[in-house]
Amino acid sequence: MSTVLELEDLKKRYGSIWALNGIDLKVDKGEVLGLLGPNGSGKTTMLKLIAGLARPTDGRILINGQKPGPASKAHTAILPDVDHIYRWMTVQQAIDYVSSFYEDFDYDKARRLIELMNIETDMQVGHLSRGMSERLKLVLTMSRNAELILLDEPLGGIDPTSRDKIVHAIATEYRWEDSAMIIATHLVRDIESIFDKVLFLKSGQIALYGSADELREKYNGSVEDIFKEVFA
Amino acid sequence: MYIVTARSVFDESKPIYIQIMDMIKQRICAGQLSMGEKLPSVREMAGELKVNPNTVQRAYQELEREEMVFTQRGMGTFVTKDKDKIDTVRKELASRLVQQFVEGMFGLGFEEEQIKRCVEAYLEDGYITGPER
Repeated sequence: MSTVLELEDLKKRYGSIWALNGIDLKVDKGEVLGLLGPNGSGKTTMLKLIAGLARPTDGRILINGQKPGPASKAHTAILPDVDHIYRWMTVQQAIDYVSSFYEDFDYDKARRLIELMNIETDMQVGHLSRGMSERLKLVLTMSRNAELILLDEPLGGIDPTSRDKIVHAIATEYRWEDSAMIIATHLVRDIESIFDKVLFLKSGQIALYGSADELREKYNGSVEDIFKEVFA
Repeated sequence: MYIVTARSVFDESKPIYIQIMDMIKQRICAGQLSMGEKLPSVREMAGELKVNPNTVQRAYQELEREEMVFTQRGMGTFVTKDKDKIDTVRKELASRLVQQFVEGMFGLGFEEEQIKRCVEAYLEDGYITGPER
């Protein structure tokens, strides 16, 4: 299988704090990696560096063999943990707006996802509930046929019903054959069934990494159980 | 094949690929999936079960290794046409259920003869009564 992402001794320092302190990782096509850790463990920093939104202090990032830059950004889709859509736009306008930026935007997929998530296209973005707004952000990210999809807390602040829809959408619309996905979250239980591999991040370092099913076998528990054990 | 899409149909404390294998074996043994029938594609199955396609792929591969299914290049994965194989697996699944049941009963303090009588009573009446059983 071909490698989409490679991290070598990746480090990021903010002032005197090492947000990331020596991460080595390889992500292949077809993988869904769960990036797990409590708040402040470095999950968002890691995604930002991969997406090219921040520069590493040290170490190397390769996306399809290239350093993050305009070329890699064209193939990397990130769901940020902040709101990034203009509130005055309607859902439809937001879709048109985002699709105009990216060549890999799949309009049909966006339509399917909007329907699956029960989002009204004539609603104004600013009037959407928190759950709806999160769903819309996910639709906009997942609609890109990107080779690398980064989701930062896709379930944050979302009710259980919406969580279920989001997990379902990720499972059905994930382009397994030609992309890789990293999902950063601390809400492990609701989403752990779609992880292929998991990485536990603790104070900017890898505490545990492996295949989800193999870890379940080894620790005789769910990924959530292991999470509690690692971060207890 | 209809699959209920509750939040998770799996016990997440056990490897999911093994649970998918068991689920498919059960369906084959129960005749819900007939001999030679095509299984849903890895992608369809992954979407329905809300699991990673690699997990489904692994389950299919292991089932193929156990000769419960076979793959035809470019066509998909199909249920075995070997009836003896299915019978063997049905017995294996049954033996696992009986083992769990008997161990549970021993755990409750029942003895062999009492367990037999309980099973007979249940099969006859649909329930088990009285301490004398």
